[in-house]
Amino acid sequence: MPDLVLKNGRVIDPAHAIDATTDIAIRHGRIAALGDGLDGAESIDCTGLVVCPGLIDLHVHLRDPGQEWKEDLLSGGRAAAAGGFTTVCCMPNTLPTNDTGAITRDMVERAADGPVRILPVGAITRGLAGEALAEIGEMVTAGAVAISDDGCGVQDSHLMRRAMEYAKPFEIPVVIHPQDDHLFGHGVMNEGWRATELGLAGIPSAAEDVQIDRDIRLSALTGTPLHVAHLSTTGGVELVRRAQGAGLLVSAEVTPHHLLLTDTDMPAYDPDWKMSPPLRSAADREAVVAALADGTIQAIATDHAPHAPEEKERPFDDAPFGVIGLETCLGVVLALVREGRISLADLIHRLTAGPARLFGLDGGHLGVGARADLCCFDPEARWRVEPERFYSKSRNCPWAGRELTGRPLHTITGGRVVCRDGAVTDAR
Amino acid sequence: MAETIDTPAPKALPFAHTDLLDTAELTAKEIRFLLDQAESFHEINERQVKKVPTLRGATIMDCFFEPSTRTRSSFELAGKRLSADVINFSAAASSLKKGESLRDTARTLAAMGTDLIVVRHPASGAAAYLAHELEVPVINAGDGCHAHPTQALLDLFTLRRALGRLSGLKVAIVGDITHSRVARSNLLAMRTLGVETRVCAPPTLLPAAVERYGCRVFYRMADAIEGVDAIMMLRIQRERQGGGAFPSLREYAHNYCLTRSHLALAAPGCVVLHPGPINRGVELAHDLADGPESRILDQVTAGVAVRMAVLYLFWQQHGSRQ
Ligand SMILES: [Zn+2]
Repeated sequence: MPDLVLKNGRVIDPAHAIDATTDIAIRHGRIAALGDGLDGAESIDCTGLVVCPGLIDLHVHLRDPGQEWKEDLLSGGRAAAAGGFTTVCCMPNTLPTNDTGAITRDMVERAADGPVRILPVGAITRGLAGEALAEIGEMVTAGAVAISDDGCGVQDSHLMRRAMEYAKPFEIPVVIHPQDDHLFGHGVMNEGWRATELGLAGIPSAAEDVQIDRDIRLSALTGTPLHVAHLSTTGGVELVRRAQGAGLLVSAEVTPHHLLLTDTDMPAYDPDWKMSPPLRSAADREAVVAALADGTIQAIATDHAPHAPEEKERPFDDAPFGVIGLETCLGVVLALVREGRISLADLIHRLTAGPARLFGLDGGHLGVGARADLCCFDPEARWRVEPERFYSKSRNCPWAGRELTGRPLHTITGGRVVCRDGAVTDAR
Repeated sequence: MAETIDTPAPKALPFAHTDLLDTAELTAKEIRFLLDQAESFHEINERQVKKVPTLRGATIMDCFFEPSTRTRSSFELAGKRLSADVINFSAAASSLKKGESLRDTARTLAAMGTDLIVVRHPASGAAAYLAHELEVPVINAGDGCHAHPTQALLDLFTLRRALGRLSGLKVAIVGDITHSRVARSNLLAMRTLGVETRVCAPPTLLPAAVERYGCRVFYRMADAIEGVDAIMMLRIQRERQGGGAFPSLREYAHNYCLTRSHLALAAPGCVVLHPGPINRGVELAHDLADGPESRILDQVTAGVAVRMAVLYLFWQQHGSRQ
């Protein structure tokens, strides 16, 4: 008999083009069957809910080790579970940097009992300093699923070429935070009228585009897959689309905030709206939404970047970049379905099978025998974002106070119910 | 109008602002009202005894988180001429960056129980943040590159006195617009008042989408100055050349230093303004700074009168709420 049956939900599994109201049976942590009238030791009534593969986030910052006051593996894992995620990939800008096999192994071991699967991304360069290669092979052996110097662009083009060449045998993507430091300068928000009006230093789109262009060329040169993190510009979208058209191994992700917000939406000087790349123009927002819909962008990733209130409560110039997004992601991006910009199945694809394929992860679909990672959400539930109720340790969220429609209720990781009725089961 | 100042009668103000953060929030009527009030104080400043008892018993805290001599002295003088107790609270911007959050600074200021706070801060938005956190009126004496409303008001005051009107004037603002809070506050106020504005600088010193201020954009002095009634020269921060905004002060001066020959292109009676301190030979030719067209010293005098008006009106505004 199955251990658990999810009854009568609207099952959407984009990888298998399934959209049907039925039951799902889970046994020994795997999907055992899909069909009507299934029974199990335990069942959860999912009437009125969408049941889909557990969400996969290729881009989070869990601040562990080293900055546990912002977040740690457990709090970040709980935030993920509450948001419907069952797999998150955590970026290496920890203290110390995740640039050796030992640190990767330590993270993997400490995360093993958490509510979601946490897969580390290793550094490209030692200490993210952009000067010498990190121990890429050791990290991959220890469980790193990709490499990235996220938070920094690799400024030295020759070193970047070497990194991409060296990474090739390990069959992992190189993930870039495209940023030319000279063009970025001391910018704190998108360059444009809003920055001018507020007297804030602007960050031009070109700061992002020139590195995307360079690294696409290096991907062509080396044959190593390139993944562009948090794509935010019209120019970047065009570059990625053209590269894909030419048959190159180039992919991209986009954040919920770049999909829904623009620089002019930002309340004046609110540090909880400060992130890198910054919120761009309405035209850029249009471009990334269109790219998500047409498949140029295959993944939605939150770039969940926690910071403590005392770190954010500074003049806008001095506040750190980054906003959190794990617990709001689904409610935020479902708005695109209601706006008619993307189908529900395609949206779910960009949160599940899409990202799984880019990092070669197992999961992201509901085939029999697959990992029993599932997300059950109420697409009609309206709720108000109250950061003080987050599982995350941090509160730096631009969605604070907003009403969202669509809320994850149950999250199942490897057959375990880790979030039930919106409450993480091992917490509180 | 001076008699109403010596014994201020409670007067309905034409605006409900509790803080002065930028000129953007002021209507044309409100700006004119402030300038009219400043006229009364200007008259007092021409008397032998320049002190009035208007703000006796009130405490004004001048908080300067960035070095300033002129604006600070001007505010201090304005407060003292109104008989207020003026206290200086200063902190180096560097120590702020290290530790204390703006929130703690705000709470400290609030706990000191002053009646009015004047703030200058190197970060854009700092004055708005303090205004949000504090009950008492906050007067922005310059925040980052964002706004400097009392400077704009004193510039307008000077222009109105020199030229007899504001609406319909043509004014060119020349220099580092990107980093200038003076330019921003002036452009916003001038748009509100129907002044035709032009900006002129090398493209490296013009911020993105600057034309959204309603100004015309020029790169050449001769084009920008043609037919204008006033020219406002901005101070060049010498360190900007390190940022690559222009190759050298020499080349900058060659292209953007205002000279007497430029003035021939302007409208007859054109006046020259500069917020100071002047880099002679960089922004203004030596002889122009002291010439008959210059209203630079008038600006300094106007600064005290305008700030007296601002302190008085916002103090009165707050008093009436209690
Ligand atoms: Zn990044």
